[in-house]
Amino acid sequence: MDWQAIGLSLRLALATTLVLQVVGMPLAWWVAFSRRRWKFLVEAVVALPLVLPPTVLGFYVLIAIGPRSPVGALYARLTGGLLPFSFGGLLVASVLYSMPFTVQPMAAAFGSVDRKLLEASWCLGVSRAGTFRRVVMPLARPGIATAAILSFAHTVGEFGVVLMVGGNIAGVTRTVSISIYDQAQSLDYTGAWHTSLLLVGFSFVVLALTYSWQRRAWMLWQPH
Amino acid sequence: MVLPGGFRLDAALRLPLDQAPVTVLFGPSGAGKTTLLRLLAGLERPDDGKVVFGDQTWCDTARGVWFEPQQRRAGMVFQHYALFPHLTVERNVAFASKGQAAARMMERFALTALAGRLPRAISGGEQQRVALARALAAEPDLLLLDEPLSSLDAAARIRTRRELRGLLAGAGVPSIVVTHDRTEAIALADWMAVMVEGRILQTGSVREVFARPASAQVAEAVGVENILPAEIASRTAGLLHLRVGSAALECLDGGESGPVLASIHAEDVALTRDPAGSSTQRNRLTGVVRAISIEGALARVEMDCGFPLVALVTAQSAADLNLLPGESLAAIVKTTSVHLIAAA
Repeated sequence: MDWQAIGLSLRLALATTLVLQVVGMPLAWWVAFSRRRWKFLVEAVVALPLVLPPTVLGFYVLIAIGPRSPVGALYARLTGGLLPFSFGGLLVASVLYSMPFTVQPMAAAFGSVDRKLLEASWCLGVSRAGTFRRVVMPLARPGIATAAILSFAHTVGEFGVVLMVGGNIAGVTRTVSISIYDQAQSLDYTGAWHTSLLLVGFSFVVLALTYSWQRRAWMLWQPH
Repeated sequence: MVLPGGFRLDAALRLPLDQAPVTVLFGPSGAGKTTLLRLLAGLERPDDGKVVFGDQTWCDTARGVWFEPQQRRAGMVFQHYALFPHLTVERNVAFASKGQAAARMMERFALTALAGRLPRAISGGEQQRVALARALAAEPDLLLLDEPLSSLDAAARIRTRRELRGLLAGAGVPSIVVTHDRTEAIALADWMAVMVEGRILQTGSVREVFARPASAQVAEAVGVENILPAEIASRTAGLLHLRVGSAALECLDGGESGPVLASIHAEDVALTRDPAGSSTQRNRLTGVVRAISIEGALARVEMDCGFPLVALVTAQSAADLNLLPGESLAAIVKTTSVHLIAAA
């Protein structure tokens, strides 16, 4: 089994999840509570990775972070390196690719917090930030956890985007799904079997845990 | 005040703050009572309007003044209490409190025994006490309550009504209570403002507003059953003689003139079979019973006395009189129970 690829996938998934928790939370808050007329456009853009072929997304990300794009040029000036075919490039692509898996559960969780509770907190003199920390976060915790778990699992399983943006460099961008592809291509069916089975098992356990925990969380905070 | 969406609230409302009284904001559903409360709390922002509390201007759209809810020190008790479901009773009460205030409130509202419970594990009446304690623990200058009894069942409502009056009177801050229930208004309020269709139509003591509604709309809102178009026929010795339908009524002369409405509370109408009245009964009307309906301990008797007249008597006395539709009966209305409203 290609432990190097598995390790890389886990690192990438962890980094993506952490970045998405930070970036996705304000975005989810905005999606849940904004009354702007063009909100649906932002929602559609965030959800785009759900329906777009990963190769299309990967292609655009590749172009966008390439050395001739402003983003890539800025990155090169700051770090001296290039984003495509690097871990950093993979991270950027993964964050975009898993965005809906963070934003949608979080927005749903924020949206289901009774607005009266926020107002009650404001009337008690607690700031908006304080209200978010002390009322919204605890009540939306199941949704926030779901967002993290789904983003993590989704990143572990990604293939097309990684291939387009990262290529296939052992230890740098060869993630577990590309490793399986390699094994199958080189007729190493035993290796492909083992790694695939591991992924299936991992995904199942993650989802089973999510659903069981989610239900318990619901029972705890069911409105009466 | 004009709100986003064009809803207009004509609420030139001035309330005395000095003796910390309980003001009831009374009116039918959809009158804008809750909106007015939310405007005071800062949860609703008008496009045009002004809110002044004491010497503080909380909102003045003309001068661009706006206080956030956090800056207003207005405690709010929501209709369904809005307790934080993930926090215990104790942590709900202590949510905003600095220092000892929360502990004092826990004690004053008899919540110490419930301290560790979650809101979903206590009764509606207890939830209400937690909501009040939580609001008061933040040491507000004004307390706002939105239909505080409406989410309780009937038995708890009666028990809590009496208790709430005591708690509000002891709170030491002026409070405004929104309700559409007249029993609640009478039980809770010192002062009362009647609101219909976004407008405050009358303010005054509860007794005064109920006994002397200033307009037909107020009379209707406070539930006066008999609002009768009448004409002033003549005036003698401080009394007005009215023509109502094909019958006559007398009332005290308050200097009214022109077309008027005679407002009579149904509970001020007495019924008797005794044909010859005693001499102090000025308004003695003979009529026919049209319909009788029992409403709990009371019976609502609809009469035709030359004009339609509704009487509210105890179900017991209706049974004693053995009332039947079609029977002739005398209705007695005290002169002082007839209140005149200028017809619009």
